[in-house]
Amino acid sequence: MTDKYDAILVGGGHNGLVCAALLAKSGKQVLLLEANDQVGGAAITREFADGYAVSACAHLLYQLQPVVRKELKLKPRLASANMTTIALDEHGEHVRILGDTVTGAAEDDAASYRRFHRRMSRFARLLRTYFNKIPPRLGTKELRDLATLGRLGFDVRRLGKTEMREFLRLIGMNIRDEVVERFSSPVLRGAVSFDAVLGTHLGPRSPNTILTYLYRLAGDNGRIASPEGGMGSVSDELAQAARDAGVTIRTGMPVKRIVVDNGRVTGVETDGGDRFDSYTVVSNADPKRTLFDLIGARHMETGATHRVQHFRARGNAAKLHLALDGLPEFAGMSRREYGERIVIAPDEHYVERAFNPAKYGESSPEPVVEITFPSFRDARLAPTGKHVMSAVVQYAPYGLKDGWSDAARAEFEAATIRVIERYAPDITQRIVASELLTPADIEREFHITGGHWHHGELTLDQFLFVRPVCGFAQYRMPVDGLYLCGAGAHPGGGVSGAAGRNAAKAILGREKAA
Amino acid sequence: MTVNEVPQARLQTPFYSRLVALDTVNSWHEWKGYTCPDELYCAETEYFAIRNSTGVFDLSPMTKYRITGADALAYLDRLVTRDMSKIKPGRVAYAVWCDDRGQVIDDGTIFHLREGEYRLCSQERHFAWLQAAAIGFDVSIVEETADVAALAVQGPTTYSILSNMGLDGLGELKPFGLMYFDFEGTGLMVSRTGFTGDLGYELWLSPARAEALWDALFAAGKNYAMRAIGAHALEQARIEAGYLAAYEDFLPAHATVRTGRTRSPLELGLGWLVDFKKPNFNGRRALAEEKRRGSRWRLVKLDIEGNKTANHSYIFAREKGKQEAIGFITSATWSPVCKQNIAIGTVRTPHGKVGSHLWVEIYYQREMHWSRVMARAEVVDKPFWFPPRRSATPPDPC
Repeated sequence: MTDKYDAILVGGGHNGLVCAALLAKSGKQVLLLEANDQVGGAAITREFADGYAVSACAHLLYQLQPVVRKELKLKPRLASANMTTIALDEHGEHVRILGDTVTGAAEDDAASYRRFHRRMSRFARLLRTYFNKIPPRLGTKELRDLATLGRLGFDVRRLGKTEMREFLRLIGMNIRDEVVERFSSPVLRGAVSFDAVLGTHLGPRSPNTILTYLYRLAGDNGRIASPEGGMGSVSDELAQAARDAGVTIRTGMPVKRIVVDNGRVTGVETDGGDRFDSYTVVSNADPKRTLFDLIGARHMETGATHRVQHFRARGNAAKLHLALDGLPEFAGMSRREYGERIVIAPDEHYVERAFNPAKYGESSPEPVVEITFPSFRDARLAPTGKHVMSAVVQYAPYGLKDGWSDAARAEFEAATIRVIERYAPDITQRIVASELLTPADIEREFHITGGHWHHGELTLDQFLFVRPVCGFAQYRMPVDGLYLCGAGAHPGGGVSGAAGRNAAKAILGREKAA
Repeated sequence: MTVNEVPQARLQTPFYSRLVALDTVNSWHEWKGYTCPDELYCAETEYFAIRNSTGVFDLSPMTKYRITGADALAYLDRLVTRDMSKIKPGRVAYAVWCDDRGQVIDDGTIFHLREGEYRLCSQERHFAWLQAAAIGFDVSIVEETADVAALAVQGPTTYSILSNMGLDGLGELKPFGLMYFDFEGTGLMVSRTGFTGDLGYELWLSPARAEALWDALFAAGKNYAMRAIGAHALEQARIEAGYLAAYEDFLPAHATVRTGRTRSPLELGLGWLVDFKKPNFNGRRALAEEKRRGSRWRLVKLDIEGNKTANHSYIFAREKGKQEAIGFITSATWSPVCKQNIAIGTVRTPHGKVGSHLWVEIYYQREMHWSRVMARAEVVDKPFWFPPRRSATPPDPC
């Protein structure tokens, strides 16, 4: 069976859906093939125990881009639109962070945090401007690239002399130096450090953690939202938008290879042997999977394969899902606060110490944890009176020294629960069922090489005009007709839709230029 | 306190003992870690051995990689610009390989030793690049420089000498072909290749048998005025043959820092080695683009008037009565056999078309005083030295 499409999307993650929908809206015949039985990639809601459902991977919405919402007329229903971060203290003296306001920390810290937040937000806004642009190419004389580069320089300069200097000083720095200089409260230091290292293979003392902090802030001014029905509802809405635009979506169709003929793509072939033809193939898979597994290194040139090979994409964040027969008791937390975001990172040293073993291929004996109880505001996720906990736990390195055996998984899960127990001693007796997704599981279930939820580390050397690699950062890949639209491309991960939208723009723009 | 013996900083080739025994001038240089002779008696005599009898050059330091595996052909085909599927077992190919920007990393020869088994020889070392190129291919790359001793036997009497040595059937061997022989119980590979543009062969065997081979060869060549030669004589011969040398006529792309100092194969006159019919090879996109837009540089072979060698000279073109520097000489020599003042140079396009005339600024010194001459030069197409015996099969015995 062969069909001729204007574009074929490989993978129906949220970026793939956004890209497909936008291409279809401009009149393209688009086919989207998804390996799993539901679209959404790592942004899905699924049952992990009888009657208990949870966002399987991504669980908080930081950065769904307003332009994406507007262009696709999305109105995601939110269980909460602006969550407070509650940074737990062992003695119940929790610190609460919302926007530029901190409560529960030392008085100086509140003022200091406001100044810190104002500056970081300004820098984050600058970054956000570039989230929704195709990054400029370096070393060309083309007007569009030069204009974007010039604009970037101008925007940095426009921060003013002092702020520009600060921006350039901070952008490559580590978060630990900054929090130690600004704040005295260990819990606040820990919480800010945690936000900077979430989802990375970095500790608070690692260079580049200011950038990752800004990235998180850049999405929606640091606002954290939780979609009703879990992350799957966002994907469902995107899928509906794509279908409405005319995209043909076929699930349960894993693509075996992208067909290359005489140096350009001509279609895809599925595991089932189906063949679909198109001169434009857009991959929502990560760069390594796309180029090495689906295309094959031999269709690329050596310099390009070498760079892709060195793209760092080893996940470090695990997902822990607990089915609970009731809410555990957190000392010092009011009942309504169970709908907020709870963080266990009592100080910056604790976070760094959690990271230390990961450097040597070991998991943290005392991990850092981000906890939510999605069922608290969305009763449909658990049987009546019961609850689910969805937690991101670090560090669980993808390349665990001795592999993720059942024993290693049990050990990490136990370590996580021991840490939570310090704050909620009754958690263990509430557990009905549990599920731990290590990066190895995330790789297997969501087909992400290395199980890294950003498809690749977000560091300065893999950022903006060099993401995923130098020379191929404008969504066009080294084989003619092949594009990348996932988190491995600029700007990176998070349920933002930015990469998918930019990729669609790049494809359509190229057509116009031709 | 004991004084430890300091090991020799430079390695000795498997033929070192024989070279030292013949050496009369003690003039050596370093080549990829090995000590190698500049000359053994006098470069001029050695040069005439290549052209009139036989010169024997030790090329053991030549970098060699063994490339095997199910994907060896596909791997090499992607690595180099020419179509390797045309190189059958028993054949040798001259090839260049480029980076993604279509700039030459190096040139060398690829021996198709047996079905699916190759040896790549080059002046420079390339293990890192060859490894990077192996991503996604089922291929094994083994550096075997020290495991193979090699001698270049070059000149009009080589066929006779090697036949004397007992290599029966060598007459059938065509240029760029290779054959296997038995040498006193050891495998000996002979390829009809070389760097002199003359009739000649290269002998390859295990280093353990190197000295025995040398002795047998010199015994067989006793009455043929055969000489061991150094690098100076070879250099003169290779310029006559119009062959390029890395670091002289081009810089390996990985060795440059400044932009614009590299060269593409098209700019080096090696367009005939670039096969755009192949769907993919390193540098293909960039070279296709260069072909469309035009190259920046052109390699020229120059026949220069007068007898003063034009080493490192500027090349000028005369335009509208003005002389404009358009390039420079990269290799130059007086060619005794052609009786020509010859050079290889690089000029900016569109200059340097075959048959056009350029000017070369030559500085020379006579008893301390410097003089300068602007010599007229003609751009020529063919190698300066290309005797029929080079390709005659079977070669004339003499």
